[in-house]
Amino acid sequence: MFVTSAYAQTAPAATDTHAAPAGETHTETGAAHGGEHAGAFPPFDPTYYPSTLLWLVITFGLFYIVMKNVLVPRVGGILETRRERISQDLDEASRMKAEADAAVETYEKELAAARSKGHQIAASAREAAKAKAASDRAAIEAELAAKLAAAEARIAETKTKAFAEVGQIAEDTASAIVDQLIGGKATGDDIKAAVAAAKTEA
Amino acid sequence: MSNDPIHQFQISKIVPIEIGGLDFSFTNASLFMVASVACAAGFLYFATSARSVIPTRSQSVAEMSYEFIANMLREGAGSHGMKFFPLVFSLFMFVLTANLLGMFPYFYTITSQIIVTFALALLVIGTVIVYGFYKHGLGFLKLFVPSGIPGLLIPLVVAIEVISFLSRPVSLSVRLFANMLAGHITLKVFAGFVASLGALGALGVGGAILPLIMTVALTGLEFLVAFLQAYVFAVLTCMYLNDAVHPGGH
Repeated sequence: MFVTSAYAQTAPAATDTHAAPAGETHTETGAAHGGEHAGAFPPFDPTYYPSTLLWLVITFGLFYIVMKNVLVPRVGGILETRRERISQDLDEASRMKAEADAAVETYEKELAAARSKGHQIAASAREAAKAKAASDRAAIEAELAAKLAAAEARIAETKTKAFAEVGQIAEDTASAIVDQLIGGKATGDDIKAAVAAAKTEA
Repeated sequence: MSNDPIHQFQISKIVPIEIGGLDFSFTNASLFMVASVACAAGFLYFATSARSVIPTRSQSVAEMSYEFIANMLREGAGSHGMKFFPLVFSLFMFVLTANLLGMFPYFYTITSQIIVTFALALLVIGTVIVYGFYKHGLGFLKLFVPSGIPGLLIPLVVAIEVISFLSRPVSLSVRLFANMLAGHITLKVFAGFVASLGALGALGVGGAILPLIMTVALTGLEFLVAFLQAYVFAVLTCMYLNDAVHPGGH
């Protein structure tokens, strides 16, 4: 029907399934433009269809093979690695957070234990100090009381001794006075009696 | 000839090859297919050569494009569809690189060749059909019989479904092809205005400013279209693959 000379050349060998329907597309639209130019409108000119198709199959086929075997696994691998790395890091982070939380908890527990232990130590030390102070005071008081008693005893002894000596002195003095006054000797017994009488009066 | 907006789509032989009466010459289109593949594969390979956990700028771009398509496919076709990931990613990177390379002046835009886009669309539909029948046997035909339809309407609905299925490779290929073709022609026409008005003297140079602004704006738009069409191609591929993975799904 509308087979151009160029199409007639390629048609017998256009065994490729793509070529036949494409050729028909050409003839419908290409006819309108055909008159304007020396050749057909280039996109609808079937002269180079076999060549274009062949090179498209070669280049795109090669591209697909490289894409499927090299590029897609390559880029996909990078993305997968990154995804794994991120989830790994997130796991690591949450693990570390848990560890930190546990550490904080342990710390607080230990802090509380130490505080209560400190309180205990302080209380027992206070008790011990109080007890020691009390016992020290008791000991000192007892010592002081003993010293006081001893002192009182000594005072009393000294007093009696002094009193006893006072009698003797009084006797001696009295006899001396008597000697001086009367010139005679007063008997010791009289004097003794007089001193004793004076002493009881005093 | 330099102002002819169609000239940029002309294929020229670089290394003539003829096998069995057929012309398999290495042409400028072939050259840019090789360049697209080399750029896309080279970028993905060298950008990820460090394999660092904290990506560099280029590695980040490679990873983003990977995850972009991976998420698209997972949402479109579920986790079972992920076995098609290398195919969808290859298609996306190939179309995107080809579109972007076509934005360079004097570079050939291979996606402006209907035969290229049609071959890629047939590859997608072929994959859907082959995998659908391989995986589900005749159950794949449930694709054409949506559930919950009154018995009377079934023949009509089946006819519509079959037609829509058959028109998929056409719409998929023509969308990409027409976008690239029309964009490049428009760009060339406006750029041609700049040159021809500039040749008219002082007034012409003043008048050339308008198409110049237009050309700059269109260049930006064409970069958007280059990405958008690669994206649309990949999204539709994911949707069609979903039919192969879950034929009774809609």
